[in-house]
Amino acid sequence: MTLTQEQRAEIAVNRANYEKLKSAGQGAAPRALPPLTPRDGAALAPEHIVARETIPGGWYWYGKLRKGDTLRLLNADGRSSASVIAWNAHDVSERINHADTVKVQWSASLRKGRVILSDMGKVVFSITQDSSGAHDALVGGSTAPSNTKKYGGDFRNTRDNFILAAAKLGLTRADIPLPITFFAPVETDSEGLFVWNESKRAQNDFVDLRAEQDLLIVISNCPHPLDPSPDYAPGALEMIRYRLPDTVDDFCRTGSAESIRAFQNTKSAARA
Amino acid sequence: MSKFICTPSERDLAKAIYDFEIPAKKPWSRVLHKGQTLRIVDSFGQQAVDTLFYNAANFAERYSANDTLREQGSAYVNTGTKLISSEGRVMALITANTGGFHDTSAGACSCESNTVRFGHQVKYQHACRENFVLEVSKYGMGKRDVVPNINFFMNVPVEPDGKLAIVDGESKPGDYVELVAEMDILCVISNCPQINNPCNGFIPTPVRALIWEAPEA
Repeated sequence: MTLTQEQRAEIAVNRANYEKLKSAGQGAAPRALPPLTPRDGAALAPEHIVARETIPGGWYWYGKLRKGDTLRLLNADGRSSASVIAWNAHDVSERINHADTVKVQWSASLRKGRVILSDMGKVVFSITQDSSGAHDALVGGSTAPSNTKKYGGDFRNTRDNFILAAAKLGLTRADIPLPITFFAPVETDSEGLFVWNESKRAQNDFVDLRAEQDLLIVISNCPHPLDPSPDYAPGALEMIRYRLPDTVDDFCRTGSAESIRAFQNTKSAARA
Repeated sequence: MSKFICTPSERDLAKAIYDFEIPAKKPWSRVLHKGQTLRIVDSFGQQAVDTLFYNAANFAERYSANDTLREQGSAYVNTGTKLISSEGRVMALITANTGGFHDTSAGACSCESNTVRFGHQVKYQHACRENFVLEVSKYGMGKRDVVPNINFFMNVPVEPDGKLAIVDGESKPGDYVELVAEMDILCVISNCPQINNPCNGFIPTPVRALIWEAPEA
């Protein structure tokens, strides 16, 4: 294929722009990600807590979050993994999109300071606190066949939990987006194989998800399919919903050019 | 990323029952019957082919990147990869590949995600999810049915520290990937129009779709 001089010039400009964005996105510009929260840090004042709930191992929770509500997920005994999906409460065709989330932020490693995006270039959650930093954005949750293969029996699984919870929110199995799973230390080795780094999952780890829009949300507390434990023994997941009086322009909102633009989109859609 | 090993196919071009050039930046779809083989040819090299699959008898069952990656335990699509549905069933199997590793982590471009990624000046540029919505709407589906897809010929290494980026494609002009349908599937393609990252060498080009019948038993 022969390119014209104009085409070659346009390609050169677009390539230079991309390389600039990539080195900013993967480097330390404009600011490095904040350090993880200590396990005994970010204590919540009782007056800010709205509700508490314990999701038993194998079960799910569904509900609504108002913009500005934050959900703290606490891995109390260190054996839970929490798969999360969410929709815009006012237009359920907008839902979390794990692919946009990792591509736009130049990283499959979600942790404190990152955001979770919708398919509409808007922010669904900010990860405002996080003591773990070990979450899975690529592999998803368990299914009936994956549990049978792994444990040799019929155990509660994330896919069925999502189907049930979605139904109770008026949605169908075709509406279920691919999840992000917290407390699931999945890494990709130099060959591209997925490895589970259990050393990064610990008792009392927590992650805080601040809703950046009014949301419908589902959480499934089932063992991750790559969890190497041969026993099906998920622990309870503690959930604390809280609301701070003033939401601040923290790192999630201002830490990268990409998150600034995603928040601009979120804001202009809310005004519309 | 491990070293790519080329796995060519011996198929006779003269025996293909279908041969179509998908123009640059355009969508395409067709039902592939169980046993039929689809070959996608990257005619000019370095052209991302965003692809989705639906069970032709029940569109609610569709390609799942999660199930596909979980079942094979690794991040890249290559010969031997089983493409798994949201219901855990094998939709298709990759049987030949000369064009490098394929991606199923980074999804399709959209006008909206492009604004986040590249700035609001690119908002009014054509994008894959525009193609996908136009094409799936012919079958009564909509935006909510456009799920994270496979990107044939798109090179997206995922590094041990999680870093992930689209880099220059490995495919040369004429490289191809083949898959055999394990059930009747609707294949939907967006021949990616993106010009802001290297997935199309910054210049979208046509690709070619060929289909062969199942070999007679």
